[in-house]
Amino acid sequence: MANLIPPRFKVVIDYEKCRKCKRCVINCGFGVYSFADRVIPDHKKCVSCQRCVAFCPEEAITIIENPNVFRPNSYWTMEDRINIMKQAGSSGMLLTGMGNDRPYKNYFDHLLIDACQVTNPSIDPLREPMELTTYLGKKPDAVTVKVENGKVKLDTRIAPQIKLDTPIIFSPMSYGSISLNAHKALARAAKECGILMNTGEGGLHKDLYPYKDWIIVQVASGRFGVNQEYLDHSAVVEIKIGQGAKPGIGGHLPGEKVNREVSETRMIPEGTDALSPAPHHDIYSIEDLAQLIYALKEATNYEKPVSVKIAAVHNVAAIASGIARAGADIIYIDGFRGGTGAAPTIIRDHIGIPIELAIAAVDDRLRAEGIRNSVSIVAAGGIRHSGDVAKAIALGADAVAIGTAALIAMGCHVCQMCHTGNCSWGIATQRPELTQRLDPDWAAQQLINLVKSWSLELKEILGALGLNAIESLRGSRERLRGIGLNDTELAILGVKHAGR
Amino acid sequence: MPEGRVMAMEINAKGMYYRDLNNLLREKVAEGVTEFTLQGINGQRYLGTGLKGKVKIEVYGTPGNDLGAFMDGPEIIVYGNGQDGIANTMNDGRIVVHGHAGDVLGYGMRGGELYIRESVGYRVGIHMKEYKKQVPVIVVGGTAGAFFGEYMAGGILVVLGLNKKEGEPLTGDYLGTGMHGGVIYLRGEVEKDILGKEVAEFELNEEDYRRLNPLLENYANFFNVSLDEIKKVPFKKLVPVSHRPYGKLYTY
Ligand code: SF4
Ligand code: SF4
Repeated sequence: MANLIPPRFKVVIDYEKCRKCKRCVINCGFGVYSFADRVIPDHKKCVSCQRCVAFCPEEAITIIENPNVFRPNSYWTMEDRINIMKQAGSSGMLLTGMGNDRPYKNYFDHLLIDACQVTNPSIDPLREPMELTTYLGKKPDAVTVKVENGKVKLDTRIAPQIKLDTPIIFSPMSYGSISLNAHKALARAAKECGILMNTGEGGLHKDLYPYKDWIIVQVASGRFGVNQEYLDHSAVVEIKIGQGAKPGIGGHLPGEKVNREVSETRMIPEGTDALSPAPHHDIYSIEDLAQLIYALKEATNYEKPVSVKIAAVHNVAAIASGIARAGADIIYIDGFRGGTGAAPTIIRDHIGIPIELAIAAVDDRLRAEGIRNSVSIVAAGGIRHSGDVAKAIALGADAVAIGTAALIAMGCHVCQMCHTGNCSWGIATQRPELTQRLDPDWAAQQLINLVKSWSLELKEILGALGLNAIESLRGSRERLRGIGLNDTELAILGVKHAGR
Repeated sequence: MPEGRVMAMEINAKGMYYRDLNNLLREKVAEGVTEFTLQGINGQRYLGTGLKGKVKIEVYGTPGNDLGAFMDGPEIIVYGNGQDGIANTMNDGRIVVHGHAGDVLGYGMRGGELYIRESVGYRVGIHMKEYKKQVPVIVVGGTAGAFFGEYMAGGILVVLGLNKKEGEPLTGDYLGTGMHGGVIYLRGEVEKDILGKEVAEFELNEEDYRRLNPLLENYANFFNVSLDEIKKVPFKKLVPVSHRPYGKLYTY
């Protein structure tokens, strides 16, 4: 049956132009090319990661969607049919990488941002100071001061706060799912930009210790690489409960990817599967969650904010309320477009809810309960540009996290093959000949450039809104309008329709 | 402080808030105190959590949940029962409980030793793992609840069943479910239908006895139990049938 499955893509080589340099042969991580007199592609192996296209000096390669596919059918898509054939031939779950790519309604693209005209003047960010600084952490209900020797002093004990120079952080991606060079690039860029990177659940490589003030370390169900030293090398400690790409299910890094360095970082033997159980087996209730939150606070002497990361699911608002009451300082919500190094396709594509709706629901709920100040909200899962950042913040987030966008900045072409470990771009792989392709200095600079560009754009948006601080935009849904949304959608998002 | 002198301290913790108590412990450890006696403990959580180095803590009473979580080196001896979450993600050190203990002991534990004189609750030893020289150990003198050693990735679990009544099972159901590393030593037999499908039962070999005997000796010494009595009943071991139990779940 496998032989009957048509290739998704076709590699078209212009042999007139080709000068047989074999760069395509060397560059392809998926083994598409062989050489016998001339380069011969095996179309079936092609995933359209575009590495060969980018590196062919003669521009002799074009990858096209295979025109020779089955008879078109708008219900039985090519993908659905190919998947059925694969499963009929193998009896396994389909695995994939990156985020949900199904054409569900995208709420970001149905929201528009306001601007000032005439009566409330806009601000020119090139001339006026614009504040993007954001503090993550629990804010007190009230602030009291006392006077000591004629000096006014803060009387309230403020919970630990993390200063971000801009409200954009990097989302958790574990070393193991991505390469060490990619991790290094994220850490360097986080330091340079005054933001945070997140280890994901695979531990922290010692090479990253110098960046500890810009690192969120994760504690997940597998507890990989978690010890006191790990907790000490962080700015924030995060309990990972769920992930937008695979809510409610665990993870598993196959033994092939657990090489010596990955094994040292995860603190497990080389070549063994790293299994993350679906739940933390010590967390079955909000009280249990509180116990782990406070265990981590005890272990870090109450000096670091503790974040709890969940996937956006149906009851996200009630769950977030529980998390806030359990004592978390930050709630990280990952929408259903969030990426992954590997997830069953059926889970990635059908479970969870859009981040836009989740932010609004959580913000509403926490406000209604009068506890919005007790946590910061980090929103993630499909943030594509600074417009999405501004909309997420206006809906109620304190900051956003970017994963896929950060990978694209480092060269990822979103081929969705991260789970294979063959990433031609040297990102989602541990194969040494591939990982060496990613220069961490270059990649760090790409990330820095991206964060800087988005920050500039955010300032422009704020200026247009007549605001001079990102804080003033947070939860300011009056500055958003919906377009093409029904009443229920508008009510959940808490925005009026455009024209009103 | 003169070289080699042990600084000891007794704290009456009756009614003390756990956070104040743990703060005090951290402070005193930083000042160089290496031996503590805690009197009147009654449910205070997180004792010894995150503590490092050569510190010994004797606890009188019943400490609360997460005793010795993330601990890295110290020794804690409890004269009383323990509660849930003892040795959560512990890295190194030793905890000895002269009594029973609760659920989820040694979750994700990577190193060190935990000895419980009597029985333990559910979900003990879940996702224990070992790494290089670090091999975590839990020895249970009585019986264990369900999900013992679930997802176990390394280390050694021992169940002795010394207090077991006639006909009472040594452990609950789902023993070693999802186990993919490490070993469970059982003193006596368990019904086959309680085993997770990822494990199988074997006789002990010489290497097993080399690893197990010192643990049994420790148990006998700590709790003043006859080693001969312990060894009267033959042991069985459970090991995973595959290091990659879920290798064939997926298609590409
Ligand atoms: S990289 Fe381009 S020019 Fe070089 S062998 Fe391949 S197709 Fe030909
Ligand atoms: S990281 Fe690599 S494998 Fe994953 S989608 Fe991007 S290019 Fe493809």
